[in-house]
Amino acid sequence: MSEIKLPSQFESFGDARKQGFIAVKNLKEQGKKVAGVFCTYAPVELVLAAGAVPIGLCAFSDETIPEAEKELPRNLCPLVKSSYGFAITDKCPYMYFSDLMIGETTCDGKKKMYELLGEIKNLHVMQLPQTQEDEASQELWYKEVLRLKERIERDFGVTITDEDIKRAIKLKNEERKVLKEFYELSKACPPPITGSEQLKVLYGSQFKFDQEAKIQEIRELIEKIKADMANGVENVSKSAKRILITGCPLAGVTEKIVKAIEESGGVVVAYENCIGIKPIENLVDETMDPYKAIADRYLKIGCSVMTPNNNRLELLSRLVKEFKVDGVVEMTLQACHTYNLETATIRKHLQKEDVPFISIETDYSTSDVAQLKTRLAAFFEMLA
Amino acid sequence: MAKIFAGVDIGSLTVKVVLLNEDKEIIAYDSARGGYQGRDVATNLLEKLLAQHGLHKDDVQGTVATGYGRVNFPAEKDVSEISCQARGIHYLFPGARTIIDIGGQDSKVIQLLPNGRVGEFAMNDKCAAGTGRFLEVMASALEVNLQEIGDYAAKAENATEISSFCTVFAESEVITHVSAGKPKEEILAGVCYSVASRVATLAQRVGIMPDVVFTGGVACNEGVKKALAQEINQPLLTYEEPVITAALGAALYAVNL
Repeated sequence: MSEIKLPSQFESFGDARKQGFIAVKNLKEQGKKVAGVFCTYAPVELVLAAGAVPIGLCAFSDETIPEAEKELPRNLCPLVKSSYGFAITDKCPYMYFSDLMIGETTCDGKKKMYELLGEIKNLHVMQLPQTQEDEASQELWYKEVLRLKERIERDFGVTITDEDIKRAIKLKNEERKVLKEFYELSKACPPPITGSEQLKVLYGSQFKFDQEAKIQEIRELIEKIKADMANGVENVSKSAKRILITGCPLAGVTEKIVKAIEESGGVVVAYENCIGIKPIENLVDETMDPYKAIADRYLKIGCSVMTPNNNRLELLSRLVKEFKVDGVVEMTLQACHTYNLETATIRKHLQKEDVPFISIETDYSTSDVAQLKTRLAAFFEMLA
Repeated sequence: MAKIFAGVDIGSLTVKVVLLNEDKEIIAYDSARGGYQGRDVATNLLEKLLAQHGLHKDDVQGTVATGYGRVNFPAEKDVSEISCQARGIHYLFPGARTIIDIGGQDSKVIQLLPNGRVGEFAMNDKCAAGTGRFLEVMASALEVNLQEIGDYAAKAENATEISSFCTVFAESEVITHVSAGKPKEEILAGVCYSVASRVATLAQRVGIMPDVVFTGGVACNEGVKKALAQEINQPLLTYEEPVITAALGAALYAVNL
């Protein structure tokens, strides 16, 4: 795909994580509290309601893995190793600035890593149920949301009023709505932007800390893209095969997959991953008890740590239709047991719906780039 | 003026070139050790083949490149080795539905649709287990030539079990067997079974339908071939020159450019 000129707003999102370092430092100097979160299960409304700043802590670089492996086993998912490595080396400013870290008992790797992390950082671990449909699990998660509220109030020395939480819910819902409007632009054929550009905004939006300014900025970006579309500007070839990506969190080094797809004549139109549609699609119900509404909304997230994980299947089927997807590419990380096991279920499910599917296992190195390109090139030759 | 079509397969260890005429008949082929200089080796090999057959560069109407080195080779088009392998094998064996390809750096299993198109495929992980490289390491540990592995293994009455898939661990396991006085033949038969069972698992994941064609450099190895046929419980068809089948596919793509 040839080089295209990006609207300048994309660069703002591409740099967001780096710029965010300075922004956080400034916020800290103003006396703001920072809460680091690892997963999409962390109910960030509670952090916002406390007047604090939520920040994503998951790491996507192999830089600190050797340091982490001094304690953690080698045969462990790179996201867990990398995140722990950044924590113990103080190389991630976001971890360094976090007054509180919030984890959940998601996968085995994360929950056991949290035991070690808890020894050196101020960490709160929420007990995440393993299933979503039964009342006992829903009740447990609701109580965990309340327990997190108490912890945040105690650690940050604030009281979260009903008004605070309702305002936070509204604000976060606003962000979700505008992000949804943004990624749904790619329902168009051809999509107005590439998958790399879309990911830049979805990932970068995590590192913009002024909620209202962020929402405004995304709105302006949408208007700019819409104007380009109205003027007949086409950035993506009509013949590009439309790809949906699913699987493990995708950012940083694993963007090599997106690159390989878009160099092989495809375009990523949607990310089902947790940097993507999964954590944005559902809103918190603004008409019911706020904590119950938060608990209900977050527990529905279709991550492979859930059993069964039907919500992921439903979301995939829906997105395949809505985004007119030609093929689904799954990215799993080495030693991510829950996603790697779930691959078989996803494969069967998509086979039944006659959707071409390929699953690619990778890690945070770049040593497999040639192999990835071969696999994806062959996949696209199959779609042709 | 002759009309020639070239397929160039720049693999991880070897480079292969196949020349076809417009009736899709093989005029010439050759292979050479590539490695680091893959692209230069391919250019020289192509020129040498043309010269040997009294042909000129201008006679070549189309070139398609495949293999790991395909991207920067000056060809009209590059096609993945999976599609090329499928094209080449379908041409040679129209009844083939499953291809097992064991090369130097990776192994692949490709399911063919009746029309010769790729239905599904799987490749080994980033790991030397179940590849030609695994055989090379074991051959060197046992001080035999790569080409002799099959002959040794054929003479064995029993196969020593090599339990580790990891090439490094398997090598120490082999050395342990040598120290324990196990005959070379039996250890090598075990090495062949190790490769075969790893690839058989990959094949079972994709699904095995007859006819099954075994290709790639390792298909020359009778020991692996026998073990693989047993593991998947299917007879294996092999082309007389299994190294060049992907290059042949690339040349066939060149005819239809």
